Amino acid sequence: MNLGQILHDLLFDYTLRTVAMGSAALGLVSGVLGAFAVLRRQSLLGDAISHAALPGVALAFLLTMSRAPLVLVLGATLSGWLGTLFVITVTRQTRIKQDTALGIVLSVFFGFGMLLLSIIQRMPTASKAGLDKFLFGQAATLMSRDVVTTAALGAAALLVVLLLWKEFKLLSFDPAFMKSVGYPVRRLDILLTTLMVIAIVIGLQTVGVVLMSAMLVAPAAAARQWTDKLGRMVLLSGGFGALVGVLGAVTSAQVGRLPTGPTIVLYVSGIVVVSLLAAPDRGIVAQLRRRRRQRVQFAAEALAIHLLNHEGAPDAAVETAIAHLRQHLQWDESFAERVTRRTITSGLAERSNGHLRLTSYGREVARRAMAR
Amino acid sequence: MDRPLALEVRDLTVAYEEKPVLWDVDLEVPEGVLMAIVGPNGAGKSTLIKTVLGLVPSAAGQVRIYGQPYARRRELVGYVPQRGSVDWDFPTNALDVVLMGLYRKIGWIRRPARRERELALESLAKVGMAEYADRQISQLSGGQQQRVFLARALVQDAQVYLMDEPFAGVDATTERAIVALLRELRAAGKTLIVVHHDLQTVSEYFDWLMLLNVRHIASGPVAEVFTADNLRDAYGGRVAFVTPNAGSENGHLSEPQSLLSRGG
Amino acid sequence: MSTAQIEIILIASVVAASCALIGTFLVLRKMALMSDAISHAILLGIVVMFFLTRSRASLPMILAATATGVLTVYLVELLVQTRLVKEDAAIGLVFPALFSIGVILISRYAANIHLDIDAVLLGELVFAPFDRLIVAGRDIGPKTLWLGLSVGVINLAFILLFYKELKLATFDPGLAAALGFSPVLIHYALMTLVSVTAVSSFEAVGSILVIALMIGPPAAAYLLTDRLPVMLALGVLLAVVSAVLGYLIAYLVNGSIAGSMATMTGVIFVIVLMVAPQRGLISRWSRQRRQRAQFAAEALLVHLSQHTGQPEFAAECAVTHLTGHFRWSEPFAAQIVRFARQRDWIEESDGCLRLTRAGTRVASQVMVRS
Ligand SMILES: Nc1ncnc2c1ncn2[C@@H]1O[C@H](COP(=O)(O)OP(=O)(O)OP(=O)(O)O)[C@@H](O)[C@H]1O
Ligand SMILES: [Mg+2]
Repeated sequence: MNLGQILHDLLFDYTLRTVAMGSAALGLVSGVLGAFAVLRRQSLLGDAISHAALPGVALAFLLTMSRAPLVLVLGATLSGWLGTLFVITVTRQTRIKQDTALGIVLSVFFGFGMLLLSIIQRMPTASKAGLDKFLFGQAATLMSRDVVTTAALGAAALLVVLLLWKEFKLLSFDPAFMKSVGYPVRRLDILLTTLMVIAIVIGLQTVGVVLMSAMLVAPAAAARQWTDKLGRMVLLSGGFGALVGVLGAVTSAQVGRLPTGPTIVLYVSGIVVVSLLAAPDRGIVAQLRRRRRQRVQFAAEALAIHLLNHEGAPDAAVETAIAHLRQHLQWDESFAERVTRRTITSGLAERSNGHLRLTSYGREVARRAMAR
Repeated sequence: MDRPLALEVRDLTVAYEEKPVLWDVDLEVPEGVLMAIVGPNGAGKSTLIKTVLGLVPSAAGQVRIYGQPYARRRELVGYVPQRGSVDWDFPTNALDVVLMGLYRKIGWIRRPARRERELALESLAKVGMAEYADRQISQLSGGQQQRVFLARALVQDAQVYLMDEPFAGVDATTERAIVALLRELRAAGKTLIVVHHDLQTVSEYFDWLMLLNVRHIASGPVAEVFTADNLRDAYGGRVAFVTPNAGSENGHLSEPQSLLSRGG
Repeated sequence: MSTAQIEIILIASVVAASCALIGTFLVLRKMALMSDAISHAILLGIVVMFFLTRSRASLPMILAATATGVLTVYLVELLVQTRLVKEDAAIGLVFPALFSIGVILISRYAANIHLDIDAVLLGELVFAPFDRLIVAGRDIGPKTLWLGLSVGVINLAFILLFYKELKLATFDPGLAAALGFSPVLIHYALMTLVSVTAVSSFEAVGSILVIALMIGPPAAAYLLTDRLPVMLALGVLLAVVSAVLGYLIAYLVNGSIAGSMATMTGVIFVIVLMVAPQRGLISRWSRQRRQRAQFAAEALLVHLSQHTGQPEFAAECAVTHLTGHFRWSEPFAAQIVRFARQRDWIEESDGCLRLTRAGTRVASQVMVRS
């Protein structure tokens, strides 16, 4: 299948369009709320909540025997919240630390969910089919009613974020200060966490409970590298989320036997790797280059000092010979060459028949460097 | 004392969990003083400030700002928290942080407008940080970060400022600059309450002093309160004196500089 | 009960004990979620080895999976060291990526051939008894049981041999380093064992139950004791109890065994959370109630002592003043006054409370104590 065909299908094929729209919406919402989660160091809370949602889905189904998206979403939200509450209570009231509380919630709730699912599997009703897609996600099963639910809930969540933008920013940055100026911090905290639960829950059917947390963490972690502004980070994170949502969903719908969740995670992990490496300024490559440049600059100044020290001295002829420098300063050849070049290009010294001679500018720089 | 009381704390008792950390503390701070709160680590200095701000609930007692409970006087109070309390890698710049001091005034939903930006910039300029407005906050030095927090408090245009160790991790030059700024504020009739750790500079910087160690040891003008006896009370004999006659003459220390900071 | 059932229970118990032993250190070192990361990520190692050797022979697979587990730990640390992401995010980035590759490989190329996704999460304990270990022509039991036993013995031996190093590195890494034990070495040794344990348990109980068993029982034990040896023993005990009860319940409702066992670790944790002496919620709440009276009475004493001899004493000592000052309800104020009078700390005359000598002493002790 070629690209043109896929594009054509995206626009005109009903099923594919539905899948793409649903995944884009969920990616956008989880990207936006994931940014706050990551900044509030709640990445792993997302993991716990998404696992905790599973028994909610199963119970909602058992109680209503319906697979209506709204019912399942409600169940998932409730049990996701219950998990969060458990984590908060246990860490506040006992010596158990947060990591342990999160681990208990994610494994126990999930285990309970699987127990319920295994019971549901044995039931004779027909409507049970497809609940297991909540494990790893199956975008291909998205239907327009799912997309409507996703879009409506997602739009509501995004609207709240938009309206309470500066409040959520302050909440994430400095909650103590926020409380001191009289904001209802607890309630805002609960609200933001609820939005995160919603973002998780609407992604479950597409991405699955096992990997949903990656949709919160990865777009945000990638976006953080490209900017130092919260607004841009959140937009970028939402954009990454939407992009990988569509890419993953379409790929898994087009290629056989490819669960959607893992596919999306691979795409988004790719974006993370690229961002960590190549982001300007913060990226690893940029950091390395900066460090190298600084090292050469520093060495060039050291060289200028060396030249200054020997200027006019009897050994000057030996000490300023380019061939000698390498040995004297114990630099390897290529580094010495780069330093020499930098010394010359930055106007610290001039080359004259195999020797380096300080310029007056170089002399001044060397003096200043020594005085430091 | 004809000046009104900027802050009045009466019989304040505070406990974390079951462990009381402030016992029946009384404090009266008249308007327009520059006051240090001094006491050993764990004395409850931060707790006192947080309780005044309603960040920590009190078990008993009351706090009044200009005669009213804090909740009603909030807009009169500015707060500079301890520096370690936020994530400095947060994607935000100095100007943004200062703007946060105006959020409450701006109100829900509305965004900061040009006017608020100008106020924030002015405030940054006051602490000598105008040129760093666009810097991401992790790219500021410790002292600069402290000044940004200070600017955020300034922009609140409060009457009473509570500051938790604003000099921690700040070099001597910045420290003097901050002190100068605090004095300016005092001259403008503001009241400043500062948790301070360096006994050597207390009498140089401040005109009012509270010694605290779980209970209120003493408070009042520095000259009256900064005595060897009181310090011994507060630090439990852990203060080393180098002047042999310190503590004589009804406990007055003529030269606070002769006092080393806490020993052992 | 059939032999197969007994064998299942045995396998589950051995795996549970093994997980709880090593999990105790994860819980104490605040690295509980490393079990989450490792138990997911090792799937990749298992799958890759499966494709390379086309067999499920245990040893190479265990080695490969263990290597993947350690790689996960290393990658997380590498990410944290770049300071570009925080630790929680680093964990949340690394293991989903590795796990996803594993899942995709399975569903693309290995569907229906011995590896399947549900089994990854839940294991196939039901089938474990059918895979027998034959030594010299004699059937000596299920392979999984022997595997679990060996790993359990390795864990136990490691803990016994390096007990003091582990303890020191867990409670005081700084001191451990100063004494010449490398905390890094101990950390990686521990993570290697977590990986080995996860792999060996994986096939039987799946990744999720591995997490539940590594964290739940040690966490419950942590609420019951302060002593490391007791915590280890209790963790093992609670893990085995969870496994056995879990199996029975699964049998009753005819549901997933691993799911039911994980649920039981949760149930047991919640029970312990409620009823544990001292650290349990119930005892905490009742202690708080009791201490509130004690604390309030002491506050009253301190209040009186601070104002004794002061001009404002006449106002401060009034019984009626207490409700306003301490914001106590009237019945509570009355209760506290009664509490203090019963102990001869205060006396009342004309509605004014005064400290007795005993009360003065208590007040000054109270202030010194805190
Ligand atoms: N959140 C808390 N929960 C329990 N105890 C606390 C809490 N915060 C502080 N404490 C305890 O209360 C006491 C007073 O702490 P506080 O931070 O007020 O001291 P401080 O005077 O500011 O000390 P420092 O000079 O070290 O800043 C200490 O013993 C501390 O251990
Ligand atoms: Mg403090």
